Amino acid sequence: MKKQYIFPHRHILGMEQFSREDIAHILTTAESFKEISSRSIKKVPVLRGRTIVNLFFEPSTRTRLSFEVAAKRMSADTFNINASTSSTTKGETLIDTARNISAMHPDVIVLRHSSSGASQLLSQHVHAAVINAGDGAHQHPSQSLLDLMTVQECKDRLDGLKIAIIGDITHSRVARSNIQGFKTMGSNVYVFGPSTLIPMHIEELGAVRARTFQEALEGADVVMALRIQRERLHDPLLPSLREYAQRFGLSSDPLGWAKEDAIIMHPGPVNRGVEMSPEIADSSRSVILNQVSNGVAVRMALLYLVGNA
Amino acid sequence: MSKSWIIENGRIIDPASGRDEIASLVVTQGYIAPAEEPAPADAERINARGCWIAPGLIDMHTHLREPGEEYKEDILSGARAAAAGGFTGIACMPNTTPVNDCAAITNFILDQARQAAVRVYPIGAISRNSQGELLADLGELKNAGVVAVSDDGRPVANSQLMRRALEYASDFNLPVISHCEDVFLGKGVMHEGPVATRLGLRGIPAAAEAVMVYRDIALAEWTEKPVHIAHVSTAQSLDLIRAAKARGVRVTAETAPHYFILTDEDVADYDTNAKMNPPLRSKADREAVRQALIDGTLDAIATDHAPHSTLEKDCEFDLAANGIIGLESALPLSLSLVADGIISPMRLVELLALNPAKILGLSAGTLQHGALADLTIIKADQPFIFSETDIYSKSRNTPFLGRQLPGRTVLTMVGGEVRFEKGLL
Repeated sequence: MKKQYIFPHRHILGMEQFSREDIAHILTTAESFKEISSRSIKKVPVLRGRTIVNLFFEPSTRTRLSFEVAAKRMSADTFNINASTSSTTKGETLIDTARNISAMHPDVIVLRHSSSGASQLLSQHVHAAVINAGDGAHQHPSQSLLDLMTVQECKDRLDGLKIAIIGDITHSRVARSNIQGFKTMGSNVYVFGPSTLIPMHIEELGAVRARTFQEALEGADVVMALRIQRERLHDPLLPSLREYAQRFGLSSDPLGWAKEDAIIMHPGPVNRGVEMSPEIADSSRSVILNQVSNGVAVRMALLYLVGNA
Repeated sequence: MSKSWIIENGRIIDPASGRDEIASLVVTQGYIAPAEEPAPADAERINARGCWIAPGLIDMHTHLREPGEEYKEDILSGARAAAAGGFTGIACMPNTTPVNDCAAITNFILDQARQAAVRVYPIGAISRNSQGELLADLGELKNAGVVAVSDDGRPVANSQLMRRALEYASDFNLPVISHCEDVFLGKGVMHEGPVATRLGLRGIPAAAEAVMVYRDIALAEWTEKPVHIAHVSTAQSLDLIRAAKARGVRVTAETAPHYFILTDEDVADYDTNAKMNPPLRSKADREAVRQALIDGTLDAIATDHAPHSTLEKDCEFDLAANGIIGLESALPLSLSLVADGIISPMRLVELLALNPAKILGLSAGTLQHGALADLTIIKADQPFIFSETDIYSKSRNTPFLGRQLPGRTVLTMVGGEVRFEKGLL
C-alpha cells in the first residue's frame, strides 16, 4: 500500500523548501478547491474559527485581495493590516509588531514586506504559521504555485517544458520563485532581459541565461513577462521605457520564435505597451486572468495546509 | 610604584628581535628588564609554562562609540574587551558623534581613556565632520595626540581631497588610513555573488573596493606619500597592493579576522551578525586573504570592532547596521591560522602587534629590554567554546558565539600592571 503523504511544512517561506512531491500535493489540493469558487454559495467550513492576519508592509491590491477571498471562502476570520495604518510608522519594529499580533493568537500570518528575508524573521518570532506573500526580491511562493498550476492546466504537464521569463529578473521575487519551482518540476527555465536587470550567477539557481531574445523564446511553451518598475529608470538600469518596449517587450514579432501554442503569462499588473503590446495581453494565448483565478485556489490550498495544524 | 614580575618558562615570541625561545622575562618598574638581569627579590612569579609570552597586541582599527553612542560601547568597556583579547593598545576610529575632527574631541577621548584598561590611541578625521569636502585641522589633531587620520565608514569619494590629505598629513607624520569603497558601486547590503542573487539582496561587487584601492595606490605613487588600506576583503585589491609594493609604493594594508574565516555563505538565512562593510566575500577571496597574510601583502590584522546593540541588529537584514565586535575573538580566530599551519606564531605576533605599532609609529609591539611592559600571555592550545561570558564589550553582535576556538589570552599586562587574567595566576 502507498505510504500516506503528510505535508511537512509549518511555514510557506519560499519555493526552495519544496520537493516535487510537495508541489504536486499543493497543486492537487488547489485543484480540488478550485470548484468551490464556481458554486453559487462560495464557502466551505474548512477553516471555521481560524484567524488569519494579512500583514502587508507594501501596497498590494491583488495579492492581498486574493488571500482574503481565499480565506473567506474557507470560512476563516480575516484581518488586514496595512503598513500605512499600523504602528510601524511610529517606529515599531517588525519583531515588535509580530509579537503583538502573536499575542492575539492568530493561526496564520500572511506577510508582504519590502525586505528580503522578512518572512523568515517573522516566523522566528510568532507561534502562527507564516505565509510569505512576497519578501523584497527574494520569494513569492504563492505566485509561483499559481503559475505552476496554470501551466499544468494548459499543458497537462510541467516536465520538459521550456519556460521563458523575460524582463527584470534582478528585482523580481516572482522570477526567483519560478526558476526554483519550475526547475523542481522538471521544466527548463530561460531568462532574458537587459543585462542591467539580469543578476550575476543567476545560472546557479538553475536558470539558463539566454544571450538573445531569440534564444530565450525559440520553441518556448510558456512566455512570462515581468513587470518593469518605473523607478528602475533612475538607478540607472534603463534609458527609457520606450526603448525597453522596442527591444524587450513582447509583441507578435518575437513571439513568432515561440511554439505556436505557447501561452503568455504575467504576474500583473501589466504595463500595457511596455512589457507586452495590448494585443498580446488580450489575445487568446494570454492566460493572465486564469492566473488570477488559480491564485485564489492555490491560496485556499496553502491556508488549508498550514492553517489546520 | 609598579610591581616587579618574573614571568617564567614561557615561550617568548618577539618578532622585533627575532626571538623565539623558552625563557623567563623580567619586568621592573613597568618596563622589560634586560635578559641577563636577575629579577628583584620582591618580584612576583608568574608560571607561564606551556604559554606564549608576546608583546601586547595593537588593534589599529576599533570603534569605541564614545562620544555619542555609549549604549553600544564606551571607552572603558571597549578597553576591557581589548584587554580580554590580549590587546594593550587600541586605535579608535573617529566616526563618533560628534566626529573626532578637532582637538576638543581628541582631548575628551584621551581624558576618558586615563581610566581605561589599555592604551587608547585616537584616530582623527581626514575631513571636517568626515564629510569629504574640507580637510580637518590635521596639525591641531596631531598636537592633541591622534596617531593617524581616517574617514573610516565615510569613504573619501573626492580624489583631489584624498591627494591633498596624503600630502598634508605627511607634514605631520600622520598615517592616512583609507576605507576603500566606491560609494556608488557600494550601494548594497552583501557581497555581490550567487548567495546575494539567491537571497534577493542587493550586492556590493568586489570591484567597489578594488577601484578605490587602485586610486589610493595611484595617488600614493604620484605623491610619494604613504597610505594604509583598511580592512582589505578581496583578491583583486590584494593583487593591486602586492604589485604596488613590488614597485616600491609606500602602501600598507590590514585585514580583519572575519575575512579569513567566513564567506558570503555565512550570510545565508539573513544573519545580521554576518553583515559588515566591506561584506564577507567569496571563498576565493578568503583564500587570497590567507595567502596575503603569508606572503606579506597584508601587514596587519585589525579587528574592525564595531559594536551594535540589538536595536540595530535584531531586524530585517537590509535595515541592519554594518559591523561585528572583534576585540575578544580576533586573537583566538587568528590562532586558528597557526593551528592550521597557515602562519607561524612569529608571523601572528608580527601581524597583531609589531606591524600595527610600526604603521602607527608607536613605541610598542616588542619585548626588547627597555620597552614598556605591555605584553600578553597566550595559551595557544586551550580550545574553548566562545560564549557570552567571554565578551566584555557592551554589545554581543558577533557571528562567532558557539564556535570552538583553539586558544586565547590568559593574562594581559599594560605598563607592568595586570589588566586581565583568566586561569593563570
